[in-house]
Amino acid sequence: MFSFQTIIDNLPVLIASARYTLLISGLGCLLGLIFGAVVCMGAVSRSVAARRVAGVYVSFFRGVPLLIQLLLAFYLLPLVGVNVPALVAAILTVGLCAAAYISEILRGALNAIPKGQAEAAIAVGLPPRDIWTRILLPQALKISMPSLVNELILLVKASSLVTVVGIVEITRMSQSIASATYRPLEIYLAAAFIYLAINLVIAGIGRTLEQRFAL
Amino acid sequence: MIDLSLFQQYGPALLRGLGMTIFCWLVGTVFAMALGFVMALVQRSVKAWPVQWLLRAYVEFIRGTPFLVQLFVLYYGGPMLGLRLDALPAGLLGLTIYGSPYFAEIFRAGLNAVPVGQIEAARAMGFPPGAIMRRVMIPVMLVSALPALVNFSIILTKETVILSMITVPEIMFETQTMMAETFAFAEATLVLALFFWIFVEAISRIGRRLERRATHYLLERS
Repeated sequence: MFSFQTIIDNLPVLIASARYTLLISGLGCLLGLIFGAVVCMGAVSRSVAARRVAGVYVSFFRGVPLLIQLLLAFYLLPLVGVNVPALVAAILTVGLCAAAYISEILRGALNAIPKGQAEAAIAVGLPPRDIWTRILLPQALKISMPSLVNELILLVKASSLVTVVGIVEITRMSQSIASATYRPLEIYLAAAFIYLAINLVIAGIGRTLEQRFAL
Repeated sequence: MIDLSLFQQYGPALLRGLGMTIFCWLVGTVFAMALGFVMALVQRSVKAWPVQWLLRAYVEFIRGTPFLVQLFVLYYGGPMLGLRLDALPAGLLGLTIYGSPYFAEIFRAGLNAVPVGQIEAARAMGFPPGAIMRRVMIPVMLVSALPALVNFSIILTKETVILSMITVPEIMFETQTMMAETFAFAEATLVLALFFWIFVEAISRIGRRLERRATHYLLERS
């Protein structure tokens, strides 16, 4: 029999564990934006070396499954003498991975900004840093808003993979509750619906932001 | 340092895992595409609201939840509903279910992009419905949908490693077995990462080339 009681009993714990899901995906997205902007600047820069490095970066982080990247960070970092808590390693890895996707999103958005703007900025003598931080990046962010929200939703789902490095977010928590209560169906379905709820809320916020930015 | 003799000893197991990864990917992608195509067709032709609503809910649910959790529901929760599957069939079914809504959306957008005039022209010339689908709609749809189809198929290669979490013996699982027995964690993960990098990069190159060739030919015909 499907037991709603099991779900009701364990829902508070499951929802509490969602804060790690949100923390990892939220901070991961933020880091991804920062690194992604840097990678994107490399990808469109005039220097061949910078373009090459950015290309390899994007190809590596998009080509290797996140699960393997997480294990790599988890096992390889201590080997080179970096001892960070699993949570930090997980957020960093998610951020680095997101950066690869976000840099491509931003690069697409940059193409949509008329060339004349950067040329005009050069002509009036703005330094390159100001051209990026005041003209190109703000507009690129605005244009790529829908894709960025989409990326955040993908990250919320991807954060379920950090269970392999032992962080107790929604999926890990539901694993341990499922094995304690012998009610895997109910618990995993409940976990699925929490993810769904988070993503629907993010999608809703994204739509509002889009409408506001549309002006 | 990386101990190469390890890979000699575990070579056969790793190769089997590699074969399993490719098998899961191929079967999962083909089934997901087939299911997605059927879903797109139903969404186009059956306008009754319960059907539309159900499809919408299915798409939202699958796209809004992590693949890992879907696998857990299927593999560990399935037996409670009488769905008792081994790891491999559960994994293949999981991949099919996970991929289908994405493919359905791609096919839906592609079919919508087929100019109505072409379908009407085919109908006016007396093409039976099956032939309109086969000879007009699918070829024209592929022109716009192929890049997205290739792209999502490549995304699915990376999802296959998640099957290791429900003990499907694909490459990740075999590597983890090796790690547990030899404690060579870093080497094994590094080699696995490099392998996937090359694998994904290679099939995206092949994919792009196929895509260019296929769409080129189709563009000329249509």
